Amino acid sequence: MRRAAKRGAGKHARHVPGAGVAAEHVLSQQDCRRLAERIFELSDADETEVQIDSNADALTRFANNTIHQNVAEQTLSISVRTVFDGRTARATTNKTDEDSLWRVLAASAELARQQPKNPNLLPMPGPQKYPRVARYFESTAAATPDDRARVVARAVKLAAKNGQTAAGLFSTGSMQNVIANSRGLFAAYRQTRAEFSITAMQEDSSGWAKANAPDLRSLDPVTLAASASRKAAASRAPRELPPGRYTVILEPAATLDLVGFLFYDFSATAVADRRSCLNGRVGRKIFGENISLWDDAAHPGQLGAPYDGEGMARQKVRLVERGVARNLVYSRATAEKLKAKATGHGMPLPNEWGEAPMNLVLEGGNASVEEMVSATERGILVTRVWYIREVDPYEKVLTGMTRDGTFLIEDGRVVCGIRNFRFNQGMLELLSNVEALGPAVRTAGEEAFEMVVPAMKVRDFHFTDVTKF
Amino acid sequence: MLDSAELSLDTAKTRGATYADARVVDIRQRDLSTKNGEVGTCAEAESLGIGVRVIAGGAWGFASTDRLTREGVQACAAQAVAIARASALAKVRDVALAPEPQHVDSWRSPCLKDPFRVPPQQQLDLLLSADREMRAVKGVTLAEGSMAFRRTEQFFASTDGSRIHQVKVQSGAGICATSFQGNEIQKRSYPNSFGGQHTLEGYEMVEELDLAAHARRAGEEAVALHSAAQCPEGQRTLILMGDQLGLQIHESIGHPIELDRVLGMEANFAGMSFLAPGDLKKLRYGSEIVNVVADARLEHGTAVGTFGYDDEGVAAQCIPIITGGVFTGLLSSRDTASAIGERRSNGTMRAESWNRLPIIRMTNVSLLPGAWRLEDLLADTDDALLMETNRSWSIDDRRYHFQFTTEIGWEIKGGKRGRMIKNPSYSGITTEFWNSCDAICGGEEWKLWGTPNCGKGQPMQTMPTGHGAAPARFRNVRVGVAFHKE
Repeated sequence: MRRAAKRGAGKHARHVPGAGVAAEHVLSQQDCRRLAERIFELSDADETEVQIDSNADALTRFANNTIHQNVAEQTLSISVRTVFDGRTARATTNKTDEDSLWRVLAASAELARQQPKNPNLLPMPGPQKYPRVARYFESTAAATPDDRARVVARAVKLAAKNGQTAAGLFSTGSMQNVIANSRGLFAAYRQTRAEFSITAMQEDSSGWAKANAPDLRSLDPVTLAASASRKAAASRAPRELPPGRYTVILEPAATLDLVGFLFYDFSATAVADRRSCLNGRVGRKIFGENISLWDDAAHPGQLGAPYDGEGMARQKVRLVERGVARNLVYSRATAEKLKAKATGHGMPLPNEWGEAPMNLVLEGGNASVEEMVSATERGILVTRVWYIREVDPYEKVLTGMTRDGTFLIEDGRVVCGIRNFRFNQGMLELLSNVEALGPAVRTAGEEAFEMVVPAMKVRDFHFTDVTKF
Repeated sequence: MLDSAELSLDTAKTRGATYADARVVDIRQRDLSTKNGEVGTCAEAESLGIGVRVIAGGAWGFASTDRLTREGVQACAAQAVAIARASALAKVRDVALAPEPQHVDSWRSPCLKDPFRVPPQQQLDLLLSADREMRAVKGVTLAEGSMAFRRTEQFFASTDGSRIHQVKVQSGAGICATSFQGNEIQKRSYPNSFGGQHTLEGYEMVEELDLAAHARRAGEEAVALHSAAQCPEGQRTLILMGDQLGLQIHESIGHPIELDRVLGMEANFAGMSFLAPGDLKKLRYGSEIVNVVADARLEHGTAVGTFGYDDEGVAAQCIPIITGGVFTGLLSSRDTASAIGERRSNGTMRAESWNRLPIIRMTNVSLLPGAWRLEDLLADTDDALLMETNRSWSIDDRRYHFQFTTEIGWEIKGGKRGRMIKNPSYSGITTEFWNSCDAICGGEEWKLWGTPNCGKGQPMQTMPTGHGAAPARFRNVRVGVAFHKE
């Protein structure tokens, strides 16, 4: 470490605002660049990479028709990766003073030097070009606790008027990310994010709705609250049905949380490690003709940086075409090892996971949920699924429960709520049994990260047990 | 640390808070992993910041920052008060706290060998030697190992006058061998799945695990599972080994007894509970031999749910949860205890870091040991399935209906361990399952397991929890349904 270069670090101390809006607390791209450059000055490593995340987030939680948790945080992460003679390691701090910058470099160097040389370690990438994405909205970054509380009060009032109890959250936040390395790569991304979720409950029933977006103005919490409330009212006095195979209509949140479990299977490292359900199946037809899946970080329904953990541009990758597993995603190192082309999906190095598609888009169709219901003689309408876990990694059998709005469909209409089912369902089978698809929309669930997915009508969905409510 | 905490309390009071507490937390972590003979993750991290929690206008507010300048701390405390006043816009009644004596104390977890003073090279060498042993077994297609260390120093101060300094060192390590063959992926872990064993101890715990000595057996069992018999379907007697029973306790006892879930505070995300405060001392949760405590005291052991004080300054306690099969206790905080008329919180509030609000978390929720030795229990069992090491877990949002799969199983026939079973699974309803328990081992078979990855809350918080368990027998349990093909 070039400790002599220590003087003058005070100029990088962060701006200290008052207790105002969250956005004031987030470092600017220029602040991040100066911090990174200072770290490069201090470093004596062969190569140095700096990742900076500056976040300001706030979240208002309500339950029993009252706000019970209301929090805000400002966080900073300065993560430094050094390379010494084919060895690399990472160290992270949240302090910006000169001693801390020096110490985080020293910690990274110490870890790097104490491990075996990695003959496959690639040089860091140089400057890259990225697609422009606009996912930062001042009005979202400027949202206040009062703004959130007023919206919550309206949602709670709606539920209470219907004799229901409401629980949920309303969060807003903003972030700045920078990845820079000593070979001249500089990638910067900022985004805002707002999320509203609500569960409306009656004595023996519940309904749920959730949405998130980069722009607070595109959320409609009152409409979400009304939807949750209608579901709670419609699922009162639930009937118990026997487990078995049913036609199901999965609303987008249910589709998301099931399909989301497939994301890591499309990692080339997962296939090379032979822990993916695509082992021996790439190039083969594994799903129905109506299933096509992309990874597309620039899609208007997506959030997240247009570059990966090394600062490589995320490319649009066709993962599944008309049921055929076409492509995997590759980090630089995996691509080099497997003689393939890197796709910009690597995770921050060093890691054992390689890469993953994080911006899935499952192509949809034209059928609305109402049309799917109308065309169903007998089936189950599923609002959301819960506590999903992998039972069989190769057949991709998932287990989980339905939750907060599960309904019986008979003769083309929803007739009543039913007690929640447990399912044990193979995903290869599920995506081969899709009879209808709705339009693909940005969707938020609880088990998978947000994606663009449609509602789906699926035959022979396997419910294996029923619970007591 | 003390100055920042005091300053935040002063600011909060000046701004009108009727109660405030602050935690200044300094965390250091080291994460190492290996895969197929190569180093995977090799990382250290440090994080220092303050979280300020206040009551103002009769409602809660919380703010946190890593900016520990005078201005940063004051701004953080002011923001917490502003947030509390916003909370009051949608409040039903004022928050009330159960009283807690003032504590001025310092507490430190036992640590014989500081894991951060052990050279990373030595730690990686240990993982790589276990890796070599696993890959020496023909048929092992993936060998993985990991270590995780965390040192947390925290200073807590409250307007009630408590000033508590705590230092905790947590260590964890484990290995896993995976084998892909035909249409099957099988795996075996040691000493437990999903990261191994985690305790509130130093590096001495990792050395005692002797990962390399157990690596070959893990590999051999992973490969042997391919030719094992499929787990049958039906109602069977089930013996669960301690590693799996620890997670069974976690999911079907630990979560349902969280008072925030019981009171509906987690309804939108983690879910609620089938339990109600009115069930206390009435509900038969399990059979008469089932005795469960939630014990955060050091006397219970050096588990990851052990501490001196929780994160709202309440002293560690031992809470009887199930006594002779009867439901007797819930996990509470100062406000939830007050809400159900309890005179004191039983001290279970913990936060992942300085930037997270303390919420009710399991401490060490343990099934107390019985009198059986495993050898005698097997000899006493004519026909059963024995299941070991969790592979998957799922339970409904009120913690009634569960399904687990394990990595490996064995037939028990005529009192002896028989054929290996692959893809073992079982399912049931929580109270029916615990009422079917007719034998619990004790002595050296009882062990405190650490679950490092319990997720709860929004924003999500990951918290380690401890679970004392020994092999136990359950009658008439549904097995095999997870792999049902029809």
